[in-house]
Amino acid sequence: MSTATPVREESHDGIPSGPSSQHHPSPHGRRPGGTVGGGLFDPRQLVRSLPQALRKLDPRVMITSPVMFVVEVGSVVTTVLAVAHPGDWFGWTIAAWLWLTVLFANLAEAVAEGRGKAQADTLRKAKTDSVARRLTDDGTEERVPGTGLRVGDLVVCEAGDLIPGDGDVVEGVASVDESAITGESAPVIRESGGDRCAVTGGTKVLSDRIVVRITTKPGETFIDRMISLVEGAARQKTPNEIALNILLASLTVVFLLAVVTLQPFALYAGAEQSLTVLAALLVCLIPTTIGALLSAIGIAGMDRLVQRNVLATSGRAVEAVGDVSTLLLDKTGTITLGDRRAAAFVPVGNATEAELAEAAQLSSLADETPEGRSVVVLAKERYGLRERHEGELAGADWVPFTAQTRMSGVDLPATGAASGADGPDGVRLRVRKGAAGAVCAWVGERGGQVTDELHTQVERISQEGGTPLVVGIEDADGARALGVIHLKDVIKDGMRERFAELRRMGIKTVMITGDNPLTAKAIAEEAGVDDYLAEATPEDKMTLIRSEQTGGRLVAMTGDGTNDAPALAQADVGVAMNTGTSAAKEAGNMVDLDSDPTKLIEIVEIGKQLLITRGALTTFSIANDVAKYFAIIPAMFAVAYPGLDTLNIMRLSSPQSAILSAVIFNALIIVALVPLALRGVRYRPMSADRMLRRNLAVYGVGGLVAPFVGIKLVDLLITLIPGVG
Amino acid sequence: MNQTLADVLQLVALVGALALVHRPFGDYMAAVYSSGRHLRVERLLYRCIGADPGAQMRWPAYLRSVLAFSVVGVLFLYAMQRFQDKLPLSLGFAPIDPDQAFNTAASFVANTNWQSYAGESAMGHLTQMAGLAVQNFVSAAVGMAVAIALVRGFVRARTGELGNFWADLVRGVVRILLPVAFLSALALVAMGAVQNFSGMHEVHTLSGATQHIPGGPVASQEVIKELGTNGGGFFNANSAHPFENPNGLSNLLEIFLILVIPFSLTRTFGTMVGSVRQGYAILAAMGIIWLGSVLVITASEYAHPGTAAQLAGGAMEGKEQRFGEGSSSLFAASTTMTSTGAVNSFHDSFTAFGGGMTLLGMMLGEIAPGGVGSGLYGMLIMAVVAVFIAGLMVGRTPEYLGKKIGTREIKFAASYILITPALVLGGTALAMALPDGKEAMTNIGAHGFTEVLYAYTSGANNNGSAFAGFGADTPFFNTTIGLCMLLGRFLPMVFVLALAGSLASQTPVPTTAGTLRTEKPLFSGMLVGSVTIITGLTFFPALALGPLAEGLSR
Repeated sequence: MSTATPVREESHDGIPSGPSSQHHPSPHGRRPGGTVGGGLFDPRQLVRSLPQALRKLDPRVMITSPVMFVVEVGSVVTTVLAVAHPGDWFGWTIAAWLWLTVLFANLAEAVAEGRGKAQADTLRKAKTDSVARRLTDDGTEERVPGTGLRVGDLVVCEAGDLIPGDGDVVEGVASVDESAITGESAPVIRESGGDRCAVTGGTKVLSDRIVVRITTKPGETFIDRMISLVEGAARQKTPNEIALNILLASLTVVFLLAVVTLQPFALYAGAEQSLTVLAALLVCLIPTTIGALLSAIGIAGMDRLVQRNVLATSGRAVEAVGDVSTLLLDKTGTITLGDRRAAAFVPVGNATEAELAEAAQLSSLADETPEGRSVVVLAKERYGLRERHEGELAGADWVPFTAQTRMSGVDLPATGAASGADGPDGVRLRVRKGAAGAVCAWVGERGGQVTDELHTQVERISQEGGTPLVVGIEDADGARALGVIHLKDVIKDGMRERFAELRRMGIKTVMITGDNPLTAKAIAEEAGVDDYLAEATPEDKMTLIRSEQTGGRLVAMTGDGTNDAPALAQADVGVAMNTGTSAAKEAGNMVDLDSDPTKLIEIVEIGKQLLITRGALTTFSIANDVAKYFAIIPAMFAVAYPGLDTLNIMRLSSPQSAILSAVIFNALIIVALVPLALRGVRYRPMSADRMLRRNLAVYGVGGLVAPFVGIKLVDLLITLIPGVG
Repeated sequence: MNQTLADVLQLVALVGALALVHRPFGDYMAAVYSSGRHLRVERLLYRCIGADPGAQMRWPAYLRSVLAFSVVGVLFLYAMQRFQDKLPLSLGFAPIDPDQAFNTAASFVANTNWQSYAGESAMGHLTQMAGLAVQNFVSAAVGMAVAIALVRGFVRARTGELGNFWADLVRGVVRILLPVAFLSALALVAMGAVQNFSGMHEVHTLSGATQHIPGGPVASQEVIKELGTNGGGFFNANSAHPFENPNGLSNLLEIFLILVIPFSLTRTFGTMVGSVRQGYAILAAMGIIWLGSVLVITASEYAHPGTAAQLAGGAMEGKEQRFGEGSSSLFAASTTMTSTGAVNSFHDSFTAFGGGMTLLGMMLGEIAPGGVGSGLYGMLIMAVVAVFIAGLMVGRTPEYLGKKIGTREIKFAASYILITPALVLGGTALAMALPDGKEAMTNIGAHGFTEVLYAYTSGANNNGSAFAGFGADTPFFNTTIGLCMLLGRFLPMVFVLALAGSLASQTPVPTTAGTLRTEKPLFSGMLVGSVTIITGLTFFPALALGPLAEGLSR
């Protein structure tokens, strides 16, 4: 399968990305590589999100979070009571803090959403109503608004035009500025046919002319989807989020029961409680911490993907990604650098390595393919052979590499040759380098003999997973093969370590390659992947995905070509490269705007981090309740049963201060945890056992202990207020 | 022998015996429920009830069978009590009042055995044997069947089929409960329990007074009372009565019988899911909670602060001299942690904390080790909840035994954990709010409250033991507690079976290094933490106003 390497080459080595920063859609910047970090959290965002948070107080919005809805009802009840007894400072204070609790929850959500807003605004600018030049049936152009386009319409775009909608290039080739969506200012090439024909509405044609067939209805284009995604408007609760909400609702009902039934018990004990106190107790007990932060965690998880320039079409996919147990990775571009590199010169017969290197260099000067250039580089690095340019050798007749001849080389006149290979007058020096079959045939044509030794070497290199290139020469001594250049796949830096990490996380990696099994095996071993699929056809991939799935495994893969589309659709997580075809982008459930297949690993980490954050905060929230009981129960009942004051182990100063401290702590902990919810719990690849132990210690035990300290501190502060405590 | 040493030795002997037996017995039960063969007597039974034991049931069908069988049981038992004067061996007792007959029928079908009557002075032999004792067997077998159906839910894949209820029911009775009960009854008779069909024996005491000593088929009913975690005594004094529980050895045997099936079922579970270590993890969680309860009660009974108790060396009020604090505490912990409800001492007379612990033991939901079957499924539900929260913390959507805990599964588990708190707190609140409830109370203050709380806790959790202290035989209590028992038994079963059906239809997820390991001690510890924190939080306010207020009073 092809990957986007040539375009990537251009975009990295081409125009520097300096002036692009103002177009950069991400306000937070991106962090390429590394393990999962988080977005930045700016306290000023809290202030900025306040109006939005207030709007969310609408009960119709609140009801979507059952836990916080109960808090809002409690706030209303306590406020009404406070109004009825205006002189009761305690009632007013409780009411105020309950409102603050609701507000903090809304604030958390608003801040999370706000982070996508800036990005959405930049995108909207790109979506200015463009005018499309539609081709009519008779070949003439008509100008229609971009919104009036229909699927199947053909439009013409020339240098300077905004492409009016998503589509495929059907005619021509052009360089396109996609910075509006990718943030990458270097232009990319879009051409008809092949795997790089997809163009996105809102991007700009920089040169040439293309004809685009529109594939998406206006309003449903990639950029529209992206806007609604980053704004969180189209956010639907994910399955796990719904499940967690059910559990939280159930706990809320249990605590509601515990509090409602408490009044008859209290009446019997002769310690009737005011509704205000009962509401305070209820709010402290129900899992408000996680209830308040749940949706912020989800939005922030999406946002972390967006910051890495990955767009998920559904939150479901982000969750599924944490469960992935098999990763299908394309060899080329993901595990290895896009191209094979020359790794060694293997001379045969009487030739020396230096001779071979020189001949190889000469023959590769006219070879502009990455492989060819790598030969020149190796010759320079290993033998100090200065790179010569084509003009340097007078009278040289360059033979460029073509797919037909499968070789490149040079014919040099006898005189003036800088080469040490002196040929007799009248005989020209010819050097050829290329595929073993092609060069051997060339040597044969020239009357030379190819030795068995050469065949053995060619065979050996193939078996080791390399590509053998034979260097042939014809000089005074006749035509012969000097030796073989060993081209090897170069494993990207750090891949071995990442695969080891993935293994520790319980994820199996499968390398997909079109290479023969021998080559595939050698590379698989070197890279440290668990398995490989050699000579892979699209059908093979589908079969592999299906067989993994019947075993209950979730499969993730990347792809960009049209022939990847079925597999992308079949995989549980399909990450399409932005450089890929529209078919691939449609089929996958995520699009990587950077078209970096390695990112799949990061995506998995983000998915896991999302789930861990939810679990950690749920555990923390429930564990918090223990301390709150020790604050509130003695405060409520020590009057009726003085013995219960023994439970006041925090020695809180007064019953009112105790209840207030618990309520205030309960509200403040939400704000305190907003950065954690947005950033996500720190994630490092490790086994499930170690991760559980660590998180239980931090969030379980921590959740048990923290409120004892926190409530006591708030109580101490309250006693400082004159007239209280 | 010093008292502490004796208590420790007794505990060691009990744990040793359970450790020895649970493996072969658990594996035997697994084989019974997995077997494809039918005994001749079983075939006969299937023909009588018109059931096809080979037919596989999906969860709604399984549930319908459970409910139909239980409804028939309630009606039959109700009728039997209402017409007992017309039945043979009635000993001349009058028919039972409608509300009490309903309460008793509900109680025995729900495996609760809450008794608002005194056995020896209200029920004839036929009602006891053909009515109550039969339910002691079959209600226990129903619990086991539902537990096995849930285990099958974990084991099976891509099918909704949970087995056949009638086959599970009949096998549970014929191959497990009956043989063990028969052997144990012989042992109990050998230890001195009575077994006859006589009515009252009139005896004359040395001082010339006349006493009426009742006889009856005591040992046979005693054994299934413990083995099936039923708890309904032949006599009102239950296992404190010397004819039911004559001596220390019989006491130990009865505790063993109470615990043997619930603990062994963890092995059955482990064997059936193909990983005995999974069973051990559940066993460990159950064992830790049970042992904790034993230690708290024992310590509390020995360390009673009162003067009389100090002189006696512990709180002996309401305890039998032949058992003492140690054996009484061990029995009390075991009976309240297993939904048995048999008593060999008066829980109402326990110290505030000891009594509070028996109460908390039931509030935990009867899952450590819990009732026969109900303990296992209750603990597995808690495991599902614990896995859901902890599973998230390892970065995967939660899964237990290869099955995903998704929206459907958590919906059923969350509904399950809602039921008993609702019944306990709702029932108690109703009793405390209505004059009907408060009028029946004979104690005041925190202790009086604890008694009412205990009654509803016992009923809704299908324990059946009583704190007593108030007149439970009123239409109000008979009806409300009767409803609590039925709802507390069968509503959870609805969700257990629904969960089982949902699990059975899934494709299992393979275990990888990223999977939460549920067979590790860490998970057992987390399970214990989840159980105690979640139920502890639910009932803390109520406990504070009852046993805590009493125990901490100065």
